[in-house]
Amino acid sequence: MKIALFATCIVDAMYPRTARATVSILERLGHEVVFPPGQACCGQMHVNSGYFKEAHPVVANHVKAFDTDDYDVAVAPSASCVASVKHQHELVARRCGDAALEARAAVVGAKTYELSQLLTDVLGVTNAAEQLGSHFPHTVTYHPSCHGMRLLRLGDRQLNLLASVDGIEMVELPEADQCCGFGGTFSMKNADVSSAMMEDKAANICGTGAELCSGGDASCLMHIGGGLSRQGSAVGTLHFAEILASTLDNPVTVAGDVQLAGGRR
Amino acid sequence: MSGTFLGMPALPVYGHGNLNATEPFPKAAHRELGNAQLRANLGHATRTIRDKRLHVVSELPDWEDMRDAGSAIKNATMANLPALLEQFEANFTARGGIIHWARDAQEANQVVTELIQATGETEVVKVKSMATQEIGLNEYLQEQGIAAFETDLAELIVQLDRDLPSHILVPAIHKNRSQIREIFLREMEDVDPELTNEPARLAEAARRHLRRKFLTAKVAVSGANFGLADTGTLAVVESEGNGRMCLTLPETLITVMGIEKLLPSWRDLEVFMQLLPRSSTGERMNPYTSLWTGTTPGDGPQNVHLVLLDNGRTAALADELGRTALNCIRCSACMNVCPVYERTGGHAYGSTYPGPIGAILSPLMTGIKSEENNSLPYASSLCGACFDACPVKINIPEILVHLRGVDVDSQRSKVKVPSQMDLMMKGAEWAFSDGAHLNLLEKGLPVGRLAAGRDKVIKKLPGLAGKWTQSRDIPAPPGQSFRQWWAKEHGAADGVEPSVGDQQSEGKQSEGEQA
Ligand code: SF4
Repeated sequence: MKIALFATCIVDAMYPRTARATVSILERLGHEVVFPPGQACCGQMHVNSGYFKEAHPVVANHVKAFDTDDYDVAVAPSASCVASVKHQHELVARRCGDAALEARAAVVGAKTYELSQLLTDVLGVTNAAEQLGSHFPHTVTYHPSCHGMRLLRLGDRQLNLLASVDGIEMVELPEADQCCGFGGTFSMKNADVSSAMMEDKAANICGTGAELCSGGDASCLMHIGGGLSRQGSAVGTLHFAEILASTLDNPVTVAGDVQLAGGRR
Repeated sequence: MSGTFLGMPALPVYGHGNLNATEPFPKAAHRELGNAQLRANLGHATRTIRDKRLHVVSELPDWEDMRDAGSAIKNATMANLPALLEQFEANFTARGGIIHWARDAQEANQVVTELIQATGETEVVKVKSMATQEIGLNEYLQEQGIAAFETDLAELIVQLDRDLPSHILVPAIHKNRSQIREIFLREMEDVDPELTNEPARLAEAARRHLRRKFLTAKVAVSGANFGLADTGTLAVVESEGNGRMCLTLPETLITVMGIEKLLPSWRDLEVFMQLLPRSSTGERMNPYTSLWTGTTPGDGPQNVHLVLLDNGRTAALADELGRTALNCIRCSACMNVCPVYERTGGHAYGSTYPGPIGAILSPLMTGIKSEENNSLPYASSLCGACFDACPVKINIPEILVHLRGVDVDSQRSKVKVPSQMDLMMKGAEWAFSDGAHLNLLEKGLPVGRLAAGRDKVIKKLPGLAGKWTQSRDIPAPPGQSFRQWWAKEHGAADGVEPSVGDQQSEGKQSEGEQA
């Protein structure tokens, strides 16, 4: 299968490792990965902040970059960006009176998958250890991000994939379904409430005794990780794609050295 | 001042009264967040109701179908509201009731006052009503020399403490038992001085206090949960039975109801009597449901009035994307699951309607330009928990985003100098509307990396982003973006050239990147 990678702006610029892990997983399964070069961002930040006019060219750019028959499906290692592509792009086009864009956005949206969705529903991955050779001998807790849980209805897909990794020990996160408080510009517009939410999330994570917290959205993980780091906690955050990509021969490294506990990313 | 039909106003009429925030939400939230007792009380109470709700909802195999039914009935009601209101009026009047139409808070308060004055009474009992809270009826009556006594236990607590409700179903949710005991000891005449904070003892004290009022009151004021158009029936759903006392003992009953509370037919009640109790109190059925249709000679109140209130509801109805907010049946499920509400409490929203529904309903009813109500649509992380919980499937996150758009556009036309947020969004528009632009910016990543220093974290950023770094670090950016790595591996394409950062790449593993 020919798979177009939508790296998303934050992964592209801040967490290239997550995109490289995604490529590595898909190639290991024997698929061809392409990277539409015109891509930039899904426009979610603009939309969620009410800047529909500014979102229009961003959405148009995404649709243009992915509106080709040159691939079978598109994938992004980010639930909220996929939710934006699937649910917001047509809305933006409609609100800006761009009927042509609306129609093309629907086509692109229908071909776009979140990574765990693609792996589970399309590529039939049920056991990461066997099918991907995933090996990660660490204690991990998992935070399901709101958009994955509620907008994409990912259910336990990410969690099940993680649990099937060789050597991993999953520990349950109390109040896992509570928002971490990121919410895009919410973390700036309502910084105090956002911090209070983040602090509760961080406390729950630390209480599990896990070495790190995994999830499927780089932005939420950056928020949680940034809070843990500020509190001086040794617990880090890591995208589930990087855990799936980790193998015995080529283990994922955190903070430049392989020691997880005590290391800061 | 009569049964005259004024009809639906041709133009939206904005609402007044307790719907306006007087300070921006972030400021109010900051203050409320400092109250540790409030946070503890709220966290405990909302978690308890939340769990109860989940439990009773999961018992019903057709819960999702029921939500769809509730949503469909309400949508149909809103689409046909003028005709249904006329039908309701005809049926209510035919059974001996009298209808009054009130355009806004002021008109409604006047109508109620004159009705009470006509009876010659100076005291009324009240059954909890959000509509009268919205229009500030108690305060208005007080100015006219009429004392209104709340009979719902939680409302009574709030009233005795001269406080404001902070939750639509549990108005005293922010107070714990010890605080309630203190209020009773301080405010109730001849209360047992040995009063403890056991729930049963507190309830008993309230019962004694209220009994006297019930037995002497000649006039009652109520709200209504539903109005049934095909029979002209009104319904009040409650837990304590105090409402039923109000609805049956006095001679005159004056109900104030928002025009959106209608259901087309008696049959529709079946759906809502399942949706409402489970969503609000986590009970399979509420203890008391009172239904009345006009008057019955020799039984119950003989003078039955209904004030039908607009106060901004037609304005909300006129908003094509926001109108489903009127479908709200005030169950409070959205606030019980809202992480923002749980931390700030209801007062931060500055309106009778707090929480997620308040964040959309208040600005829809008053207009986004009113006071500080334009900060309300931003009081959400858009986590979506409210939408999942709402029994009538109001897509609150979508309406929040819509209203943010309305606000941004209204600021555009009003404010000459762009805000920091405007500039940020403008910059991001440029960066994100072309892969080549983003690539150009990403060439600066090594600079950020340098700035982060040996700690590999950024601890302080200027301007708006400084709000982020007040409690969170930002990781050092990588030496190269994914796009640059890809271009190097696969050959440059479309304006994506290997960057300087690539050439000086620190080696594949040093970034913690898998080969
Ligand atoms: S918006 Fe929905 S969940 Fe919230 S109070 Fe209204 S009906 Fe209940």
